[in-house]
Amino acid sequence: MAGLWELFTDFTVRNAVMGAVLLGILSGVLGTFAVLREQSLLGDALSHAALPGICIGFLIAGGRQLLPLMLGALAAGAVAALLVLLLTQHSRLKPDASVGAVLSTFFAVGTVLLTYIQNRQLPGQAGLDSFLFGQAAAILPSDLWVMAAVTAVGLGLVALFWKEFKLVTFDPGFARSLGWRVPVLEALLTSMIALAVVVGLQMVGVVLMVAMIIAPAAAARQWARRLETMVALAAVFGAISGTAGTLVSLLRPGLATGPLIVLAATGVVLVSLLAAPQRGLLWQRVQQRRTRAAIARGQVLVDLLQLARAHGDEGFATEQGMLDAVYGADAHPALRQLEREGLVKPLPPQHGKGTQWHLTPKGQAEARRLLDEGEE
Amino acid sequence: METQPGPRQPAHGPWGRGGGAAGNGHTHEPSLALHIEDLTVSYGYRPVLWDIDLDIPPGVLGAVVGPNGAGKSTLIKAVLGMVPIAAGHIYVFGRPHREQLHRIGYVPQRTSVDWDFPTTALDVVTMGLYGQLGWIRRPGRRERQKAWEALEQVGMEGYADRQISQLSGGQQQRVFLARALVQDADLYLMDEPMAGVDATTERHIIELLKDLRTRGKTVLVVHHDLQTVPQYFDWLVLLNVRIVAQGPMDQVYTLENLRRTYGGQISLLQDLPGGPGQAGQDRPAQQADAREE
Repeated sequence: MAGLWELFTDFTVRNAVMGAVLLGILSGVLGTFAVLREQSLLGDALSHAALPGICIGFLIAGGRQLLPLMLGALAAGAVAALLVLLLTQHSRLKPDASVGAVLSTFFAVGTVLLTYIQNRQLPGQAGLDSFLFGQAAAILPSDLWVMAAVTAVGLGLVALFWKEFKLVTFDPGFARSLGWRVPVLEALLTSMIALAVVVGLQMVGVVLMVAMIIAPAAAARQWARRLETMVALAAVFGAISGTAGTLVSLLRPGLATGPLIVLAATGVVLVSLLAAPQRGLLWQRVQQRRTRAAIARGQVLVDLLQLARAHGDEGFATEQGMLDAVYGADAHPALRQLEREGLVKPLPPQHGKGTQWHLTPKGQAEARRLLDEGEE
Repeated sequence: METQPGPRQPAHGPWGRGGGAAGNGHTHEPSLALHIEDLTVSYGYRPVLWDIDLDIPPGVLGAVVGPNGAGKSTLIKAVLGMVPIAAGHIYVFGRPHREQLHRIGYVPQRTSVDWDFPTTALDVVTMGLYGQLGWIRRPGRRERQKAWEALEQVGMEGYADRQISQLSGGQQQRVFLARALVQDADLYLMDEPMAGVDATTERHIIELLKDLRTRGKTVLVVHHDLQTVPQYFDWLVLLNVRIVAQGPMDQVYTLENLRRTYGGQISLLQDLPGGPGQAGQDRPAQQADAREE
């Protein structure tokens, strides 16, 4: 217990957690737009493209200050996004292939540069490779200020252009018909993804950053009915996963932070995919069973009436075995349900026979109603 | 002076051409709701619209009809400035179209958006007011009130808070229509507003369109059902990359013109009335253009 308390008051931990929260909020908010615009893969290209940018930023600045590294990452991301656009428009490559080609090429260049820097034993290069998978413990207070500023810019733009971003995401064609400069707005949204990537460089690293764009938004989509809610939830999910992953990585020094954050986010996604109302798999399963039960209920009721009519008496009892033969495992729950509603009654089991069921007067009326409905 | 020497130029009297419109090709025709001169649009090397001259007088309820790939949607998008124009000029109420976008209401094809977007019917309708709001300003109570009234007009006020993913196709189409209504435009361009809707919704929509015409609006609709064209509309534009014919319904809706528009797909047209006044067909030739792609 004392250990946990120390952890929270610890200087490094406070820095790291604040960084994780900033990153989670920004990537959740911007990821929402990327996911809804079906542009998540572009986020992957932007984050992998950041690696050569970081290396070049390091070579130019001659040290590991965050600002030049971020600027390098941003510039490389911009070049990569432009290349994807050019390849898609002017070659026969499909968008996914263009993204893949640019992503891998930039990452290869970045890896070569990184190896070069490490082999040269340049001063201050130690820990540069933590940008691959993220290292929360490496975050300095000065880095936090930069991250906070970038997050503020990103959130500010979303707040300012909320209505514009919403319409461009939902119906870009209609936005154009209003005379809006849709390509400009789309470019702005894409550049903001690059901002999120830059904020995530130290925490998550370039390799897994795309998960922070996709996962919180995908989880939030399961629960939200409005864009406002989705954005807010994605921010919360991002912040929670970021904090969880960071704390675990600090408790077990040596574990890279990025993979842990991504695993935490994956957990949130899994729970959301399963449990969310209406869209969740469990909910849908329950709904399916309810529908099935309702259908079985009606059919059993009508069958009981028709079987009884065959004997000339609508109250005539039918053996459960006959219904089991037709409806299998659905028969028993359907009969129990009907009994609860007072529509059928069991006869006491007689010697040599199974349970028999007969329709109550109320049940006969309901069955006749269903039968008439079905014939119309 | 004939501006359209193309081989598909209709031989018999398209409305106004060669008469009043000729000889003053450089005026902007302020008396027309829509005036297009020599418009050509191409995607890559393939021309989608070729040398289009089009005049739509104000106050008509017009249909744009033609086979698949005829450029019907592209024509609408060109007027809205959504596709690059290779050549030609477009004037809306006498001024270049890009200056007049605020006077145009647009109903895109229903399938052009992802209806799984997390929002409500009322919110989508409110988007029709985004253009008037200008940059950054958010919609408020007044805008929501207008959107609500538009939903009432299309009979959807009971669904205002409904997720758009939970609406039926016809209901989604009516939401799009309501979004165009709040634009309070003078010229309405609609891309297949009656595609994939049930008969009741279709009647409802056509009543709305006729109501717009009564209020002095000009409405131009891409329509796919040749059978209902003469019942619903009073103006007809036959399009197949070029303009085949245009003008008042009773002059343009002839078997000869339809045959020229649809070319090889004549078999689809055999059951159609040969001209106006021959209603009462046994087999609808609906979606003549839906079979190509």
